[in-house]
Amino acid sequence: MQEAGQKTGVLANCLLRTTHGREPRANNETLSPARILSQPRQRHGGDVACARPHMPQVTQALIVENLVKSYAPDRPKAVDGLNFTMARGATIGLLGGNGAGKTTTIAMLLGLLVPTSGRITALGHDMATDRFAALARMNFSSPYISLPHRISVRENLTVYGHLYNVAGLKRRIAQLAEELQLTDFLDRPAGELSAGQKTRVALAKALINTPELLLLDEPTASLDPDTGDWVRSSIERYREATGCAILLASHNMAEVERLCGHVLMLKRGQVVDEGSPGELIARFGRDDLEQVFLDIARGTRAEATP
Amino acid sequence: MTPSLQRVWGLVYRHLALYRRSPPRLIELMYWPILQMIVWGFMTAYLAGLQNNVASAAAGVLLGGVLLWEAALRSQMGFSISFLEEIWSRNLGHIFVSPLRPGELVAGLMVMSVLRTVVGVVPAILLAWLLYAFNVFDMGPAMVFFFAALILMGWAVALGCTSLILRYGAGAESLAWSVLFGIAPFAAVFYPVSVLPGWLQPVALALPAAHVFEGMRAALMEGRVAWGHLAAAYALNAAWIAAMGWLFMRQFQSARVRGALLNIGE
Repeated sequence: MQEAGQKTGVLANCLLRTTHGREPRANNETLSPARILSQPRQRHGGDVACARPHMPQVTQALIVENLVKSYAPDRPKAVDGLNFTMARGATIGLLGGNGAGKTTTIAMLLGLLVPTSGRITALGHDMATDRFAALARMNFSSPYISLPHRISVRENLTVYGHLYNVAGLKRRIAQLAEELQLTDFLDRPAGELSAGQKTRVALAKALINTPELLLLDEPTASLDPDTGDWVRSSIERYREATGCAILLASHNMAEVERLCGHVLMLKRGQVVDEGSPGELIARFGRDDLEQVFLDIARGTRAEATP
Repeated sequence: MTPSLQRVWGLVYRHLALYRRSPPRLIELMYWPILQMIVWGFMTAYLAGLQNNVASAAAGVLLGGVLLWEAALRSQMGFSISFLEEIWSRNLGHIFVSPLRPGELVAGLMVMSVLRTVVGVVPAILLAWLLYAFNVFDMGPAMVFFFAALILMGWAVALGCTSLILRYGAGAESLAWSVLFGIAPFAAVFYPVSVLPGWLQPVALALPAAHVFEGMRAALMEGRVAWGHLAAAYALNAAWIAAMGWLFMRQFQSARVRGALLNIGE
């Protein structure tokens, strides 16, 4: 479990807004590959109307309020008073060293873990009382949680398509196979694939329900630079086409700089700094986000005087 | 298909796809029930003097006991092992963050339990008829109710087992194979409840299986349907499934609080 320690006293109340949103689609509507690739980002100034029937019409994809997780009274809190808001279409990076609270935070956002206190509202649904409605509109990918490896890629995607109540499932799988270049190994057991192929399959599973909120935990871990770049491009294309909000936990700082408009730096369960990658780099007087990360992780940093 | 049924089907489809790609798993389902039936078939033939053409109800009672007990065993294992398959494949993380409700997960495991039981027990029933001329259907239509009652009991035990796996992690997985063997002595599979010591009889009578096997003996030896025992078996099943279902939900919620779902396969 997460290691946590003394409070740093730095506050974590951030309000993140983007200038673009999306025109949400009906729950089961799917995008053609061409549309996924070419649909321009739509700007609504955050005032997004929701087309999904019976779904809350909200501008914020995610609202996290005073989130705390303590695994035992005699242990430091794994997450300690986390606050942030994530607009539709935004991509936020969740950074921190091992034990900073990233995994615990993501597990709470997914309903896999019950917070000790605080509140999470995902796509307008309170995760404490209405998490299944939110989960139907979200998805998740992590290289550390496998898909069943003895059944084929197509069977895996079929299983998750049914679990997420995707209509027109065969068509959706064909679209994803074409978009993510899975066609050649669609009928091979998932366990026989290379790391790069598995990552693409995991991404296809994460996109099977055309999520409005996507949580990605180190989506390019252990991939070679070429495959990693390919995966990042696919994520960017999906975001551009759909306006999906993405929360990205990663140790790859170049990836975060490329994908994220805003970064939350976690340490001992608290947000100790935040801002756009460019703002953080400038504030710390560094050349890149990796150096900023090291400064914060090692406690050696002194923010540059404005 | 309703959204809920579609999600249940998704889980069932995942397991059917697994069996389609793994013939050894399919064969393993039939292997033990057939082996049990053959061993007990020869034993009852020997004990009852069947080789001297002496008809014996005892042979039917023993073989009937073996076949019916296999239904309970396969039902429980079908449920528990299907759950364990998700742990072994480290797939639980994906399942629990999907819109699949815990009740739907249980429903999917129950469907798999029935399918595994049918695949495992039907060949053994057919072989009992071919090899020993024992037709389990001689018990009459009530036999269907006996089998169903034992499948229900298997679900209750499996819910308890799965709850312990949620509580103690994969370290408790051996229960999936062993727990019903521990119950067998009190379930009156091969002997009447009256054989047990007086203090143990209430324990036996709290188990649906004891009523099923008393009913089976009444059908085979007296040619009557013991409706009282059958009703008791179903009433007890309802109570046990409700209790174990409650325990499962409690342990599931507790696992969400403790963070156990994050590393249940560790």
